[in-house]
Amino acid sequence: MNLVASRRDMLKGGGALVVAFSFSAPAGDALAQGAAAPQGAAAAKPTALTEVDSFLAIDPKGLCTVYSGKVDLGTGVRTALSQIAAEELSLPLSAVTLVEGDTSLTPDQGNTWGSLTIQIGGMQIRNAAATARDALLEEAAKRLGVKKEELTASDGIVSGGGKRTSYGELIGGKQFSLKLDHTKPAKAKDPKDYRLVGKPVPRLDIPDKVTGRFTYMQDFSVPGMLHGRVVRPPALDAKLESVDEGSIKDIAGIVKVVREGNFLGVVAENEWAAIKGAQQIKARWTKAESLPDPARLWEHVRASKVAKEEVTSSVGNVGAAMAELDARTIKATYDFAIHTHGSIGPSCAVAELKDGKLTSWSASQSTHSLRKQLAAMFGLPPDNVRCIYVEGSGCYGRNGHEDAAADAALLARAVGKPVRVQWSRADEHGWDPKGPPTLIDLRASVDRSGNVTAWDSDFFIPQQTPASFNVPLVAASLAGMPAGTDTAPGNIFQNSAIPYRFPSMRTVCRRLETTPFRPSWIRTPGRMQNTFANECFVDELAAAAGADPIEFRLKYLDPADKRGIEALNRVAALAKWDKRPSPRPRASGDVASGRGVTYCKYELARTYIAAVAEVEVDRKSGRIRVPRFYVAHDCGQIINPDGLKNQIEGNIIQTVSRTLIEELKFDRSMVTSLDWDSYPILTFPDVPEIVMDLIDRPTERPWGAGEPTAAVVPSAISNAVFDAIGVRLRSVPYTADKVKEALKSI
Amino acid sequence: MAKSIPLNVNGKSVTVKADDPDMPLLYALRNDLGLHGPRFGCGLGQCGACTVHVDGKAMRSCQIPLSSLTAKQKVVTLEGLAGAKKLHRVQQAFIDEQAAQCGYCINGMIMESAAFLAGKKNPSEADIRAALARNLCRCGTHARIVRAVKRAAATA
Repeated sequence: MNLVASRRDMLKGGGALVVAFSFSAPAGDALAQGAAAPQGAAAAKPTALTEVDSFLAIDPKGLCTVYSGKVDLGTGVRTALSQIAAEELSLPLSAVTLVEGDTSLTPDQGNTWGSLTIQIGGMQIRNAAATARDALLEEAAKRLGVKKEELTASDGIVSGGGKRTSYGELIGGKQFSLKLDHTKPAKAKDPKDYRLVGKPVPRLDIPDKVTGRFTYMQDFSVPGMLHGRVVRPPALDAKLESVDEGSIKDIAGIVKVVREGNFLGVVAENEWAAIKGAQQIKARWTKAESLPDPARLWEHVRASKVAKEEVTSSVGNVGAAMAELDARTIKATYDFAIHTHGSIGPSCAVAELKDGKLTSWSASQSTHSLRKQLAAMFGLPPDNVRCIYVEGSGCYGRNGHEDAAADAALLARAVGKPVRVQWSRADEHGWDPKGPPTLIDLRASVDRSGNVTAWDSDFFIPQQTPASFNVPLVAASLAGMPAGTDTAPGNIFQNSAIPYRFPSMRTVCRRLETTPFRPSWIRTPGRMQNTFANECFVDELAAAAGADPIEFRLKYLDPADKRGIEALNRVAALAKWDKRPSPRPRASGDVASGRGVTYCKYELARTYIAAVAEVEVDRKSGRIRVPRFYVAHDCGQIINPDGLKNQIEGNIIQTVSRTLIEELKFDRSMVTSLDWDSYPILTFPDVPEIVMDLIDRPTERPWGAGEPTAAVVPSAISNAVFDAIGVRLRSVPYTADKVKEALKSI
Repeated sequence: MAKSIPLNVNGKSVTVKADDPDMPLLYALRNDLGLHGPRFGCGLGQCGACTVHVDGKAMRSCQIPLSSLTAKQKVVTLEGLAGAKKLHRVQQAFIDEQAAQCGYCINGMIMESAAFLAGKKNPSEADIRAALARNLCRCGTHARIVRAVKRAAATA
């Protein structure tokens, strides 16, 4: 790095486009996807967010490599980011290659989370590309002796005044050495000139994925690699008393049994030997019952010690409003079960520890953070750790990838060779961090005319270590190595405050010191649970007022927030909403149908979603079906409408699953939902038809779409069930037993 | 002592050396033959990510011990589904419908659908949903997958 700095210093004042020295790491793609790279080979490439060269390079043939700290977790965003870069550089999409999440090559753009890849990461790439394009035109003007304004760039060729040159000739293989200020982005293309952005460009990865050519993390290997499996404790807090290594001595190919404190693993020459070794090894563990009684989970949550109270909104005087003589107080408590991520491919990682340097390949959504965690775990300087992203099975938050990376590193250190760790299904269900249980109390006052006068809520949710999101690594915790003490469920306070303007409002998050399982963020963390409670309760108030649920919401939305109002009106039109209060009059027959609405302004600051769920409830069996789900979605400028639709569909289907059937089961010792039979997810016969209205605003900034639609699903379904059968479901998941129980109450 | 096990995979006779003849076919395909189409998802026969065809039938390769196969049985993986010049109609339909998110389950979806469509002409949407009921997808790509299978059925 110093070498680069000194070279750069020498070149200071050399004009906008410094072309004097060669870019030394054009092999970025090979390093990211291929075999173990020589350490330090990429050291010359800058990765600071403030450099154009951190984000892109153009080779002598005019091919562009984009370096993205944000990664494609199976969302298709590789295609969208490539579109943004190709658009801004006026290159064909085929001229752009994306390198993702390599701590030696890509800038740290933050974890790939929170629906921020396009909104933040994509806009940084757009800024870098726009800056580069402007510099290329500037340089072309000089070299061609043609005014910059007379030049146009198309497919990597700059032409004008009867002359032409190419990006390859202008910059090929050399650095731009230009600064970026993301708070003052360079002038980007006018959206009316777009030829790639806003178009449903087919995904770049799908042809390889349907033919078996795609290399997932689970397929990745390096020469000389051994296969490892972990042997997790039978109880979360069990201690390892003894291991009988002789119990697996007859399995051919076992290389080593690795024990570090309570960490146990088996390394073998081939994968099947590692699997059998891990299954058959005899180990003695202490008994441990550290979990609450699952039958009394919500009492446990309510009684958990509060670390601090966060007031997320406060308007007027709630207490006084509730004490008004003519005020009618309505109260309800909502709860949302513990969920697991449930990637179809369990976590997998490869690690090599050589000459004091660790190289880790994983499907981590946060390679830059993982690098710091692994460095701390092994007592290495962060510069000696390189984390490289390789796309894995779908990732919906902080699941087990980082833990598998730590497992692989620990096993690799023990055997002195590269080791691949593949988690079993039970490892994944049992040991990935969980979406924490969420309990919410709501109260509101309504006057005689049905007007809401006060809104008061308490969210019982685990604390978040300030500005630190390092979910402790399982291997580090088990082995007694530095693991940190963060509690990191993510920014789960979001959407605890509401978009409605009631005369008095108070929303409070009681941040709990502890939660039963190691928490992390799972798609739409907090925003989903909080929107569920808030939007169901708004529906309760609408019902109490005898008002149509959409009209009731519109009445209290800020009239200046026109995009939100438009989203609600558009979903009403899309679903042919029948204006009337809920519930609907009882019809004959066992199966009752209903419709429910939900509105959400994500984090009260960005993407607008309005949704209508249609349900059918079988009064006898208690079974809920969601035949159809409508959504109006406004995330500003749409980069790839088909990619956006794919994300919205995924949000809805996955969340219908979470809402109707998902609940982590456990006993006092351990998770007992260790496979797909004990943690079922939605299957094809129960998947709803999805009808959507995408509100495209090409001249607005793009916002995220990977999470927001998931926020509106649980409440839309609960509100539709209320419409159908007149009972309010306040506990996710809405199992048939809960529906039958609720029906008894009316 | 490793045992040599003869197999017929994607139209070729191959031999896999395995210490344990009860090793599931999945690991032989992935690690010995370098065929990554079939994927490890659960090892329990619950998710379908490892689906292959054995004599034209969709089977879960994580549940097939090598010792149960003979060299006469024809194993086909995702890599062997396409013809020499053209993708299988189900693969093409998955591209046309952009029916993947992470794509990890897609091997199973394509292999299950291809076997299903080989034995069923003009399936209804309910037939397709029922045929795929035991294949899990976590990303929520179901709607596109059903559209792709419908499209493939129509291009028979």
